[in-house]
Amino acid sequence: MMTKNRIYLLILAVAMIFAGLVMPYWFSFLVTVALAKGLVVLGLVILMRAGLVSFGQGLYYCAGAYAVGAFSDYFKTDNLLLLLLVAIVCALVISSIVGLLLSRYRDIFFAMFSMAFSMILYGILVKSAALGSSDGFNVVSPTFFGWTVHASGGNMLTYWAAIVLAFLVGAVIWRYFKSPMGMAGEAIRENEIRVEYLGISVQKVIYIKYIIAAVLASLGGAITAMTVGHIDPEMAYWTTSGEFVFIALMAGTGHVAAPLVGAIIFELLRTFAFQVSPYTWQMILGIALLAIIIFLPNGLWSLKEKLMKGAKS
Amino acid sequence: MNLALAVLVDGVVYSSWLFLIAAGLTLIYGVMKILNMAHGSFYAIGAYAGASLIGVYFAGGNPPWASYLLLIGAALVSGLIIGLLIERGFLRFMYGRDEVVMILVTYGILLILEDTIKLLWGVDPYFAYQPYTLLGRTKMYGLSFANYDFMLIAVTALVALVLWWSLNRTRAGKILQSVIHDREMAGALGVNVTKIFTITFVIGAFLGAFAGALTAPGISVVPGIGIEVIILAFAVVVIGGLGSVGGAFVGALIVGLSRALSVHLYPDGELFVIYGVMGLVLAFRPQGLFAIAGARKI
Repeated sequence: MMTKNRIYLLILAVAMIFAGLVMPYWFSFLVTVALAKGLVVLGLVILMRAGLVSFGQGLYYCAGAYAVGAFSDYFKTDNLLLLLLVAIVCALVISSIVGLLLSRYRDIFFAMFSMAFSMILYGILVKSAALGSSDGFNVVSPTFFGWTVHASGGNMLTYWAAIVLAFLVGAVIWRYFKSPMGMAGEAIRENEIRVEYLGISVQKVIYIKYIIAAVLASLGGAITAMTVGHIDPEMAYWTTSGEFVFIALMAGTGHVAAPLVGAIIFELLRTFAFQVSPYTWQMILGIALLAIIIFLPNGLWSLKEKLMKGAKS
Repeated sequence: MNLALAVLVDGVVYSSWLFLIAAGLTLIYGVMKILNMAHGSFYAIGAYAGASLIGVYFAGGNPPWASYLLLIGAALVSGLIIGLLIERGFLRFMYGRDEVVMILVTYGILLILEDTIKLLWGVDPYFAYQPYTLLGRTKMYGLSFANYDFMLIAVTALVALVLWWSLNRTRAGKILQSVIHDREMAGALGVNVTKIFTITFVIGAFLGAFAGALTAPGISVVPGIGIEVIILAFAVVVIGGLGSVGGAFVGALIVGLSRALSVHLYPDGELFVIYGVMGLVLAFRPQGLFAIAGARKI
C-alpha cells in the first residue's frame, strides 16, 4: 500500500516537471510561488501541531529572500543550489539565536513575540538604503551551474526546484511526523507538563521545531525571490505572516500534503478573487477564512476524511 | 535644550495617540480574552467617518468650533454601530474558542472591514485639516508646535482619568474587574457576563473609532491606515501587559518617548526602536510589565 502511494507520488512529481514545459507560464509561475508559500506553511504546520502559532514566519521568508538577493549581487553568482544553501544557512543562524528566546513562550505570547521579530527586520530593511529601502531590489534569474531552460516565456528552473523541494521536503517531514520527536509536538499541545514528567525536554523539542520551520520559510522565500525576480521589505510585514497562518488554517494540519495543496488552492482563490473584484478580494478571503473556522475547524484536509468516512458507511 | 523639548513634546504627543488606540484594545482583551485585530479597522472607520463628516460640515459653511463635537459624535455613532454589529451579529457565536483562533477570527473581520471601508468611502484620500489648523500653533524656544497636538494630550489624559475612575471607583467598574479576574466565578455570582461582553466591546470599538476621528484632522485618511496602526497598538499593549489599562498607559509612554528619541537622534531606527523595545521588555518580563499573575493549569 505504502509503496504504491510512493510510486504514485513519484509519477505525479515527474508529470508536474514535464507539464511545466507545455503549460502557460503564468500557471507554472503561480504554482511555483504557491509551492514556495506551501513550504513556509509546512513549517508553520510543524509548529501548529505543537500548539504554537507563529505570526512571524515572514521574518525567515524575507531573510531567505534577502540572503539570496544580497549574496547573488555581492558575489555575482546565479547558481541555484548555492543560493538555496545560502538561504538555509541564513535561517539556521538567525533561528538558532531567536529560537533560544522564543522557545520559552507559548500561546498568544509566542504569536506576538514572533511577530515583533519579523517587524524588527521590516523596520531595519525599510530604512536600509543599501538594500533599496522600501522599494527592495531585483534578483537574478538563477541557473543550474550555468545551465538553464526557458520554456513558454519563463525560467523553468525555479519551477522545477519548487517541485523537487516540495516533494523532497514533504517526504522528510512526513517521516519526521512519524518519529518520536515529531509525535512529541502533539503531546506538547495536549499537555506540556505531562510531557516534561515523561522525561522529554519541551523547550528542546520546540527549539528544534522552530529551527526546522525557519529553514522551510527561508527556502520558500529564496524560491519566491528567484521566481519573482524582485524582493521588498513587505515580505517581512505582519500581513505576509498573517497570510501564511491563513493558509495553514485553511489547509489544516492533518497531513504533510495539506499545506502544499492548500497553498495552491489559496493562490488560485486569490488570483480568482482579485480578477473578479479587485476592490473586494480581501473581503472574499476574509469571508472564506471565517467560513472555514466555523464549518471546517480542522481545515480543508478534514474534508477528505469526512468524505472517506461517508463513502465507507 | 531645544532637542530635549522637541523629544519630550513629540514623545508625549505620540504616546497619547498610542494610548488612545491601545486603551480599547487592552480593555477588550482584558475582559473578553480576544486580541482584536479588527481594532485597526475601528480606528480607520472612525477616521473616515470623522474626515468625511468634517468635509461636509465645512463645505456647508457652519460655525467651525462645533466641528470638534462633530468628531466625537462621528466616533460615538460609528463605534456603536460597528461594535454592536460585530459583537451581537458575529463574535458572540465564537466565544469559548482558543485565544489564537480568536486572533484569526478577528483577522478575518479585519480583512472584511478593510474592503468595506473601500466600498463605502472609495480609495481617494480624505482631508479634514480645518480642526487642526483652527487652533493655530505655539512657539516655544524657537520651536513651533501645533496646538491641536496639545489638545490631543489633554483629551487622552481625560480619557485615561475617566477610564481609571470608572474602572476603580464605580460599581460597574468593579463588576467589570471581577470579570477580568475570573470570568466563571463572576458569572456564578450572578454577573451577566454576556451583557458585560457586549458593553465592553462597544466601549472598545468606540475608543478605537475615537482615536481615529481625533487623528483624522492631522493626517490624510487613506486605505490601509488601520493595518499600520494595529501593529503599533499590539506593541504597546504587549509591553504594558495584555489586558491592563494602566499597563497600556505606561507602554504608550515608553514606546512614544523612545520613538521620539530615535526620530530626533537616529531617524533610520524609527520602526526598529518600537519593536526592539517590545522585544527587550518581553525578554525579561514575558507577560508584560503590568500583567496580572495567573495560575498555571496542570
